[in-house]
Amino acid sequence: MTEIPEHLRKRAEAAKAKAEGKKAGEAAPAAADAAAAPAAMAAAAPAGGGGGDKIPDYLFDRGRSAAQNAGLAVAAPAGAVATAPADTRPVASGPGGHTQRLLTVVKSGSIQDVRATPQDKVHTWPHLIVAEFVAALLITAFTFIFSVFVNAPLLELANLNRTPNPSKAPWYFLGLQELLTMFHPMVAGVTIPGMGLFVLGMAPYVDKNPSNKPEDRKFTIALMTVFLMFWAVLVCIGSFFRGPGFNFVFPWTRGLFFEL
Amino acid sequence: MAKTAPRRSEQLSDKVSEVTGKVQDSQAWNSIFRPGSIFRKGYTDSPRNRSYVIMNSVLYHLHPVKVKRHAVKVSYTLCLGGLSFFLFILLTVTGIFLMFFYRPTAAQAWDDIYSLQTAVAFGLLVRNMHRWGAHLMVLSVFLHMARVFYHGAYKPPREFNWVIGVMLLQFTLLLSFTGYLLPWDQLALWAVTVGTNMMGYTPVFGKQVRFVLLGGFEIGSNTLLRWYVLHVLMLPFVTVIFMAIHFWRVRKDGGISGPL
Repeated sequence: MTEIPEHLRKRAEAAKAKAEGKKAGEAAPAAADAAAAPAAMAAAAPAGGGGGDKIPDYLFDRGRSAAQNAGLAVAAPAGAVATAPADTRPVASGPGGHTQRLLTVVKSGSIQDVRATPQDKVHTWPHLIVAEFVAALLITAFTFIFSVFVNAPLLELANLNRTPNPSKAPWYFLGLQELLTMFHPMVAGVTIPGMGLFVLGMAPYVDKNPSNKPEDRKFTIALMTVFLMFWAVLVCIGSFFRGPGFNFVFPWTRGLFFEL
Repeated sequence: MAKTAPRRSEQLSDKVSEVTGKVQDSQAWNSIFRPGSIFRKGYTDSPRNRSYVIMNSVLYHLHPVKVKRHAVKVSYTLCLGGLSFFLFILLTVTGIFLMFFYRPTAAQAWDDIYSLQTAVAFGLLVRNMHRWGAHLMVLSVFLHMARVFYHGAYKPPREFNWVIGVMLLQFTLLLSFTGYLLPWDQLALWAVTVGTNMMGYTPVFGKQVRFVLLGGFEIGSNTLLRWYVLHVLMLPFVTVIFMAIHFWRVRKDGGISGPL
């Protein structure tokens, strides 16, 4: 059985209590009995009209005539309703003479499959566009001011016969160059970065944990952090701690061998 | 004189508002600024106009009219994806400027860069912005990847967009690396030598890979031309296609992920 929503249940209870109270106060014949006995029809109709103010009289008239039609002739045409005489049997059989009652509550999800739940949304303009605009302005200002004060390097003309010592790759490849000191070039330069990128790309197909909450993904987060830190440390060592001959040096004793 | 001064300024402001009104009523103005534009006459801040601002702008309609409330929080995305895209645009603009003054041959490249820095108005500044912007973009793409991973945003239904993102990371590195050679100074030559030597260790067809990349057995004019075309045309072309798919899929997969 479907659970009845709170507000509907309360409303039904209130209606029931009201009907009970009225029944006790007026000592009128029970509505159910009135419906069964045709003789009590005259009593039931005024009770409904007087006590239950919410239901207008014309509705009672319509109900009465409909009941009469049903009782006298089943095949009577609909036009007979207007001309029907006033002696009718009461249809009102709910609490307090109401003509309607709550039979069941059909919750929206039980018939229609509602997949989209309403979300808390805001207008893109101005909320998102303003944030993006400010971010773009800030990064432009930063790049501009940085470029005014710091010049891009331009060393002497390329010369294949004069190898600088040390020769370094761009900073984002210095982790790989660092690996070259430990492994065969095929392993350091191709296999490890290739595997790394492949595993990174496959991450959504390997990680089957459906949750995106940090507390559910401790292992994944730890693994990624180790992976990122591994590269960050290698890049830092390659950038700042490698001097002539790609030997390990401390930048504060031998100086910096690093160009962006 | 003192009495006539305010009257004159009043007349002037009347004249200005009259002219503004006429211009805004003209057919030309209304054909340029579509309904909902903040430049149209009588723009008011209404939900309807907020929607029009997004729908009637070729740039903004990358965005949906409404986004999740949490998606506008800068603390969630740190704007990193948007900043990467914006830096790409900044690099395109500054790069086009640089192309006017650069010839990709071993004999002329370094001299062109040198005279760009010394003889061209804003040449040094724009070159600096291109260089620092490129490093910033590598950094912001990398941080964007880390942010997406830590939020678990690669999980269904966004698996494939993550794969596209990993490819975009590689394109970013390649764009930066191909640009590294173009100044044709000692830094460029030897950084690229280190990098291409590593790629030469690709299993089975390493020598062929190196030959294709260098346009010969050694770095020279052919290499410069190849990397120039890769840098200014081919890689941006491919990157733009992948970016289009990346952004389109963000929307198709239900906006950005979260909240956690």
